[in-house]
Order: sequence, then structure tokens, then C-alpha cells
Amino acid sequence: MAAIVRAHGVHKHFGALHVLRGVDLEVAERELVFVIGPSGSGKSTLLRCLNRLEEPSGGRIEVDGIDMLDRRTDINRARQRIGMVFQSFNLYPHMTALGNVALALRKVLKLPRAEADERARAALERVNLADRAGHYPGQLSGGQQQRVAIARAIALEPRVMLFDEPTSALDPELVGGVLQAMRELRESGMTMVVVSHEMGFARAAADRVVFMDHGLVVEEGPPEAVFGAPREERTRAFIRQIDRH
Amino acid sequence: MTWADFTLAFFSLDILRQAWPILLSGLVQTLLLSAMVVPLGLLGGVLLALLSTVRSPWVRWPLMAWVDVFRSLPPLVLLVFVYAGLPFAGLEVSPWGAVAIGFFLNTGAYYGEILRAGIESVPAGQVEAARSTGLSRGQAMAWVVLPQAVRNVLPDLISNTLEVVKLTSIASVVALPELLFQARQAQSVTFNATPIMAAAVAYFVLLWPVVRLLSRLENRQLAGRR
Repeated sequence: MAAIVRAHGVHKHFGALHVLRGVDLEVAERELVFVIGPSGSGKSTLLRCLNRLEEPSGGRIEVDGIDMLDRRTDINRARQRIGMVFQSFNLYPHMTALGNVALALRKVLKLPRAEADERARAALERVNLADRAGHYPGQLSGGQQQRVAIARAIALEPRVMLFDEPTSALDPELVGGVLQAMRELRESGMTMVVVSHEMGFARAAADRVVFMDHGLVVEEGPPEAVFGAPREERTRAFIRQIDRH
Repeated sequence: MTWADFTLAFFSLDILRQAWPILLSGLVQTLLLSAMVVPLGLLGGVLLALLSTVRSPWVRWPLMAWVDVFRSLPPLVLLVFVYAGLPFAGLEVSPWGAVAIGFFLNTGAYYGEILRAGIESVPAGQVEAARSTGLSRGQAMAWVVLPQAVRNVLPDLISNTLEVVKLTSIASVVALPELLFQARQAQSVTFNATPIMAAAVAYFVLLWPVVRLLSRLENRQLAGRR
């Protein structure tokens, strides 16, 4: 199986803080990898290093065969292949849902407006929000906003999607719609790396679960193994804690 | 002094009739000046605001000094300095050129500070989202950050523009016959304050709609914050 994401020995310092301490992560094509771990374990930082929103202090990162840390790499082109969804949605409030999705199509892919709009509409269709194309983010619920954010990322037809706690800012009744969109994306064969505490979703959909703590991968394996019979004490303690909620 | 004396000294239709052509030419000059210095100041402001997003101390310190100097200098002094001073450096400038340079420096510094505050009011997540879809730094600034920044500080921008339009009256020190300059000319010839009053009315008619717009915007922003 070809790996789309290869991260090796990734380090990240924030001043004196050593947030990632040599993380290895490989993600195969069409794989859904769930990254879990206590807050401060470095899981979000790892995700943000993969598309270089965060500059790693050391290590190697390759996505779809592109060396992400090579100075000669055109980072803007490389990022077209890596979709990202954020905890706080980060939709552009001054643009409609359609405008949000179409912006990169027009400015990055340089598509003419009509074509960009058509593709943006198709992406909104995929997250079941075609009827909200003309709405501004302020007129949408949190769950709808997050689905627009997913549409914005998948409209560029990325090779891999990164989800950074996509449901943790949502009211519980709105989580379902976002997970449904992610499930459909998964069924379409998208490679996905998901940082999240949605354990039910992880159990049902993940191929592999990676548990991180203190900037290192502590344990990884299929969900039934990591959740059902964790080998490491730290993993056990963490899963006990989140299962209580 | 009677009421009749008062109206004769300040609101004489007869004087107004005589002074009208010269006042009108002044008004046209003021409008032309405004049409020149407001865009120039905005241009300077955008440049300064964009520079302020550069983190390097080699940019930041000179920028801070620049903005501080041109906000501290009285615009009138700055204008005289440009008009009378630059020729000593071998640069002969016309009155219009001097006004353009002076206002670019002074007004640009003010617009720059306003826009900088606007840019800083846009959450970092906006840039991250834009960059994650492959937009360059410049594209993210142009399409995502600046539109939101301008919207967030629109009342301050308009308020500053009102001040700038009124400030164009200092162009009279370099003998540019703008509205107030012409009004004072007319006053000194007629020994009557009516032209000054007429100029005041002209300013009011020109700026009052903008003032109304401004307070509507401010009210809406206050309402939006609730």
C-alpha cells in the first residue's frame, strides 16, 4: 500500500516547550487514521505540521510524494492536495457559503467564475448544503458552517484531508450532520487524518487509532485493539477517562 | 448693533451675489483637492498597514518612527516644510505637488494606523484557512483579511476622511485657492463675513450626509456587538 503521508522524526519547539519529540506517522491511501490523546499531547500541532501551517523544527514530512519541508517546494501548490478542517470552522464571514468554497477555485486554480461556482455548488451538494449556497456564515448553524468548511476543502479535490477537532466546538445535536459528511467522504475513498474525541465515530469508521502523549506516539493499532485492549498504561488511563463522558 | 446690522455683516445676499463666482471656484478646488488627497492618503495607509504585518525589526522600527513622526508634526508645518524646504534639496514642487506629498505623509500615517488596527482585528484562523487552501500570503491578505479589516474599521476610516476634507483648507498656505482661501479673499475685499458663512454652509452641505452615514454605521456596529 502506498503511503500518502510520511512523517518521520518530527520535532516542534514553541520556545522552551518541546511539543513534538520525534513523531512518526504514515498514512496509506484511503486510510482513515484517528489521532487521540490528552490536550497538550501535540496531536493538533502534528496535524498542522503536515501542511506546514506550523513550521516543524526537525524531521521529514512527505505528502503525496512531495517533500513538504524542502525550501524549493511550492508550498501553495502542495497545500492544494491537503484539505484542512478547523475546530472553529474559520469560514470567511464576508462571503456567502458559495463564495467561501469558490475563493480558492478562482484564485488558486484560476478557474473562471462560472466554472468555479459550478464546482463549489457540487462540493456543497456533497455535504447536503446546496440549498444554503447564498447564506452567509452568520446565518448558518455551527454544524452547517463546519460542513461548508468541509466543502471548501474538498472542492480542491485534495489527496488527503486533515480534520482538527472538527466537532468539539459544536453543540451535541449538531455533531451528527458533520460526522455524516465525514462518513460520506470516507466512503468516497478519501484519505483522512482526524484529531478528535468522537470515540464512537473512531470505533465505527477508523482503520487505525494513534494515541499520542507528551509529543510522542505511545501506541497505535486498529480501533478494537486500542480501545478494547490497550497495551500501554497511559493509553488505558486516557480511554478510561474519556469513556466516562 | 441691531439685528439688521448683524444680518448685513454675516448673511448679506448682496455680498453673496458678488462673491459667488469666486466661492464656487474655491469649492471646485476643495473638491479636486479632496479627490486627490483622500485616495493618496488611503494608498499610503494601505502601504504602511501592509508593512506593519512584516515581523522583521528592520521593518518594524523604521515604520514605527515614520508613523510617529508624521502623526506628531502639525500638518501645516509639514506642508510649509515640503513646499519651502524641498527646493533646497534641489526639488522644485508646485503647490499641488506639495499638498500631495504633505497629505500622503500625514494622512497616510493616520489611515495606516487605522488599517493596521483593522488587520489585527481579523482572527489568525482566517489566514490559516486561506493558506490551507493554497492561497499565497498576498492573496490571503487581499481577499480574506483586508475586506474584513476595512469593514471592522469603516467608521474610523470615514471619520478620518471627514477630517482630511476639512484639513484641505491648509492648502491655502501654499497659495492654493481652495474654498476657505477664496472666502477669506472675498471677505477682505468686501469687509463682510458673509463669504465665510457661505463657505461654512458649503462645508456643511458637503460633509453632513457623510456624518449621518457615519453615525448610522456606528449604531449598526454597536447593535452588531450586542
